[in-house]
Amino acid sequence: MNAITGALEWLTTGANWQGEKGVLNRLAEHLYFTGVCLAVACLIALPLALWLGHIGKGGALAVNLSNVGRAIPTLAILVLLTMTPLGRHGDLPTLIALVLFAIPPLLTNAYIGMREVDRSVVEAARGMGMSGRQVFLRVELPLAYPLIMTGLRSSTVQVVATAALAAMAGEGGLGRIITYGFAVQNTPQVVAGAILVGGLALLVELVLVLIGKWCDPMRRRTAAV
Amino acid sequence: MDQENCLVTNDWVCVKYLESRSQELIDATVQHVWITAASVLIGLLVAFPLALLARRGKGFAGPVLGLTTALYSIPSLAMFSLLLPLFGLSPALVITGLVLYSLTILVRNVMAGLAAVPEESREAALGLGYGPGRLLWEVELPLALPAILAGVRIATVSTVALTTVGAIVDYGGLGGLIMDGLDSDFKAQVLTASVLCVVLAIVADLLLLLLQRLLTPWTRVRDAAPGGRIRDSRIAKVTEPA
Repeated sequence: MNAITGALEWLTTGANWQGEKGVLNRLAEHLYFTGVCLAVACLIALPLALWLGHIGKGGALAVNLSNVGRAIPTLAILVLLTMTPLGRHGDLPTLIALVLFAIPPLLTNAYIGMREVDRSVVEAARGMGMSGRQVFLRVELPLAYPLIMTGLRSSTVQVVATAALAAMAGEGGLGRIITYGFAVQNTPQVVAGAILVGGLALLVELVLVLIGKWCDPMRRRTAAV
Repeated sequence: MDQENCLVTNDWVCVKYLESRSQELIDATVQHVWITAASVLIGLLVAFPLALLARRGKGFAGPVLGLTTALYSIPSLAMFSLLLPLFGLSPALVITGLVLYSLTILVRNVMAGLAAVPEESREAALGLGYGPGRLLWEVELPLALPAILAGVRIATVSTVALTTVGAIVDYGGLGGLIMDGLDSDFKAQVLTASVLCVVLAIVADLLLLLLQRLLTPWTRVRDAAPGGRIRDSRIAKVTEPA
């Protein structure tokens, strides 16, 4: 229990929140990594997955990508990228690693979402004279929405977690509070950092669940029935 | 490039490294394997009672699934750090963290496997006078085995990858070599350990696939039948913590 009170004490000490190595700065770094990488990953993965799902091709790629991604240790990629010449460009190795690990959940879920749209609904839409574009925008996309959001959520969780690991490869983010705590054998600081990282992950997931519900294109329709 | 020189020039690929540090690599791999194996086995032992509890009714299923899913969203670095006051710098810390992660996949798959047991099989067994224990052990478990083993495969592969993070408390198997290589800027060590990690995951997956085939010979007949190839697309929707 000492560690818990110690951690709370660490968290309530104002000095720990200020400065370059303070919580606020580390949190800003963490959110910056997460935001930028998610945006880039979405720009790459979503159009590709939705297009593949719409034309019904490339399923093996979309599904296997997740399985391959699972076998590759994030830590190894972070460290490998840091040691390549890319490592001289500041945050670049971390950003690339985060994008790489954000893509599989987005791609796989969006693809499966598109493919799981009831074929008879798509046929009916075609029969009503909808163009391919209309079928995509008005039928497939709204029906695939829940899984696209699931993909976005797991991808975000993944990125928040990987951004914490970037600290082990010497990069910034909230993970630095933990790794520094380990380096100086300060258990309260380690636990305080863990509470911050874990709290951020749960908070981000909660926010995404709420956004997902709020933006659901089917929300008003089901309510009206 | 001369083989002797690759250690001096710090090449990514270095045969000399493999020769001179083979013992170090073997030790790290052995540690990696036993930490992974212990985690998945303990995970399975914990997942079973949880899954049995969860299928008793919605009142249990909600909390069990909610808790195991929430555990999954906790970043690995935070998970291991939160366990530090309880376990100190020990393998038990790493294994506990990995067990908690494996629960998400294992509990779900055990539940899915048990739920997929045909009601007719259950009724037939009850009609034959099977008690609840014998029904579970001799009828439900064998029929749930394909789904359970599919879960074990996914859990094992992601556990192999996650074990590397244990390096933060010096029990990360090959992850330890990766971190040491980073500190000493030793490229061959980092690349070799990383590749070994992926190889380990693939080998474990193939071995478990083989086990799955041996334990459930009847599924192959179904697989070969047209329309019988229902792959676990649902399972692919779960992603692993980093």
